[in-house]
Amino acid sequence: MTASSNGPMVKFENVTKRYGALTVLDSLDLEIAANEKVSIIGPSGSGKTTVLRMLMTLERINDGVIHVDGEPLTHMQKNGELVPADERHLRRVRGKIGMVFQHFNLFPHMSALKNCMEAPVNVLGLAKKEAEERAAELLDMVGLGDKKGHYPSQLSGGQQQRVAIARALAMRPKVMLFDEVTSALDPELVGEVLNVIRKLGTEHNLTMLMVTHQMGFAREFSDRVCFFYGGKICEQGKPEELFGNPQQERTRQFLSAVLEAG
Amino acid sequence: MNLRSLAVCAIVFFVAGLSVASFASFREFLPGLLEGALITVEITIGGCILAVVVAVPAALAKMYAPWPLRWLAIAYIEVFRGTSALVQLFWLFFVLPHFGILLEPLTVAILALGLNVGAYGAEVVRGAVSAVGRGQWEATVALNMPRTMALRRIILPQALVAMIPPWGNLFIELLKATALVSLITISDLAFKAQQMNQITFRTLEIFTIVLVFYLAISILITVGMRTLESYAARGLARGR
Amino acid sequence: MKFWDWNYTLEILPALLKASVVTIEATILGFIIAAILGLALAIMRMSENRWISIPTAGFIEFIRSTPILIQIFFVFFVFPEFGIVLPAFVAGVLAIGVHYATYCSEVYRSGLENIPKGQWEASIALNLSPYITFRDVIIPQAIPPVVPALGNYFVALFKETPLLSAIAVLELMQTAKILGSETFRYIEPITLVGVFFLVMSLIAAWLIRRVENFLDRSLRNPGR
Repeated sequence: MTASSNGPMVKFENVTKRYGALTVLDSLDLEIAANEKVSIIGPSGSGKTTVLRMLMTLERINDGVIHVDGEPLTHMQKNGELVPADERHLRRVRGKIGMVFQHFNLFPHMSALKNCMEAPVNVLGLAKKEAEERAAELLDMVGLGDKKGHYPSQLSGGQQQRVAIARALAMRPKVMLFDEVTSALDPELVGEVLNVIRKLGTEHNLTMLMVTHQMGFAREFSDRVCFFYGGKICEQGKPEELFGNPQQERTRQFLSAVLEAG
Repeated sequence: MNLRSLAVCAIVFFVAGLSVASFASFREFLPGLLEGALITVEITIGGCILAVVVAVPAALAKMYAPWPLRWLAIAYIEVFRGTSALVQLFWLFFVLPHFGILLEPLTVAILALGLNVGAYGAEVVRGAVSAVGRGQWEATVALNMPRTMALRRIILPQALVAMIPPWGNLFIELLKATALVSLITISDLAFKAQQMNQITFRTLEIFTIVLVFYLAISILITVGMRTLESYAARGLARGR
Repeated sequence: MKFWDWNYTLEILPALLKASVVTIEATILGFIIAAILGLALAIMRMSENRWISIPTAGFIEFIRSTPILIQIFFVFFVFPEFGIVLPAFVAGVLAIGVHYATYCSEVYRSGLENIPKGQWEASIALNLSPYITFRDVIIPQAIPPVVPALGNYFVALFKETPLLSAIAVLELMQTAKILGSETFRYIEPITLVGVFFLVMSLIAAWLIRRVENFLDRSLRNPGR
């Protein structure tokens, strides 16, 4: 299936998500261009993690459509109409997205290498040798070439998270999602993970969407920052503008609270 | 109790049991009891295997299958857990012939006990699979893995380790339940105990030795399961 | 030969209902023994005196790991050798009660061990006697969480009562066997017994869940 090379890579169109009576995301419109690096910040409960989870199809949306690489993700075309996507369609489009989780979620019964080989072999159908080479290359890139045979329980948090990044990259996604990937790490391990993300951004053609509390990193690394509040985007813009000269009162309050604590 | 002391206990019990039997007078009933013990072990092993073979599909069906299969699994689990093993044993023994199904008593015994323990086992499997963290499932979605593959390669291997101790308890329950087959005239250890008692009237010795035999076998089961658990856990956490 | 004879079913129903009374009596008496003896065993097991705790642990392990049937035989056939002759019903209920006391003792033990050490320490600081400590501080906190587990053992005990048929106690299973052997029709009596147990277990399971919910709510909002 060909994708539009001119439109946005990710597009949220009037997307709403409710948990019972609680509206977590309210008619969200968001466009992300190819190779754009976007950081999402905001207080807890503002809906930022939900944005990522719905894109990764971990949650179903209640209203609206999400588009990825020029075609709908959550819906599909049937007889000229847009209907909710079936499993086959989801699996096809979902393959373009990869995700790194806050708590790593590495497979504990597999070594780092096997973790990175598992999906390419069993989902993409790669030959074992080829998958092994790809995995080894990626582990080298994240700085864990000498730990290929280690199991997750033998690795530090920062190392596990770097393996998780390699594992996601092994599927050659076009969009990478990072859900508070340093929040569960001890402070001294945060840097090594951020360095890998920085490297990814400069050396690879990847659209990156990050939910993060690391304001310094968001400021220095992103092309755009979105501040979420109450299920909507309160303010968004270039990092220097949003951090340096926030227009909305809520943005100012949040930034001063965060920077005070940091 | 650690592994080694349990193993030592089992060996001591067996040796004590057998050496006590070297007294000539015990030779009156000991061979008979040993014959019975063999049958008991046979039924235990057969029943345990059947229980596992039945429990895993039943649990997975109850959790993930479309509704006709799911209802079947739920019905099986509820009926076999809700009625007692003896009733099930008798029912299969007396009623199956009416349906034209003629089985040897030994087979009926293994069938009844295996299905009974299998129903409890299904709940153990279900509990262990549910206990695998949600994050693991989400990682498989992020890697675009189909559900059956995720279950087979990622979830079940992790559930396996958690399952082993409860299964150990269930296997011991099965061992104890084998005594029931004496009531449908199968010559197991319990039956032989009563038989030898009628012949020799050495009531105290016979029943004490029989209790010790059962204890020894159950200790062996516990030792076996602990060993299995340590092998399985090594697969999850090498280098610890 | 007819597959299921409804007339026969109605004929045998009264006898089975009479027998079910015996079954229920055996269950309740057995469980009373199990619940009380179980608590005693649990406390002995946790004693700091190793001469008490270790033999108790051994006893519990021994009883738990061997079949109830053999234990029933033991009480019924072996005790008379020592001069203790018990009627079948008493022997059977005693054996089942002691067996399940060992299960209950493990349940009590986990409940007691879950009490934070601070509770014991506060009682010492307030100079409360061990008896008062147990009665007013420990037991009221230890029991409610374990009631569901005890309830499950009650149901399990109920389902073990057919074992009493082995020593000819006229409970449900024995009655069904006798009825069956008189007419050579076993399907109806045994199926009815099975259905009876199934229905009673489902009712008991529902009751236990209601007790669980009640305790949950009253524990989370004490005083409501």
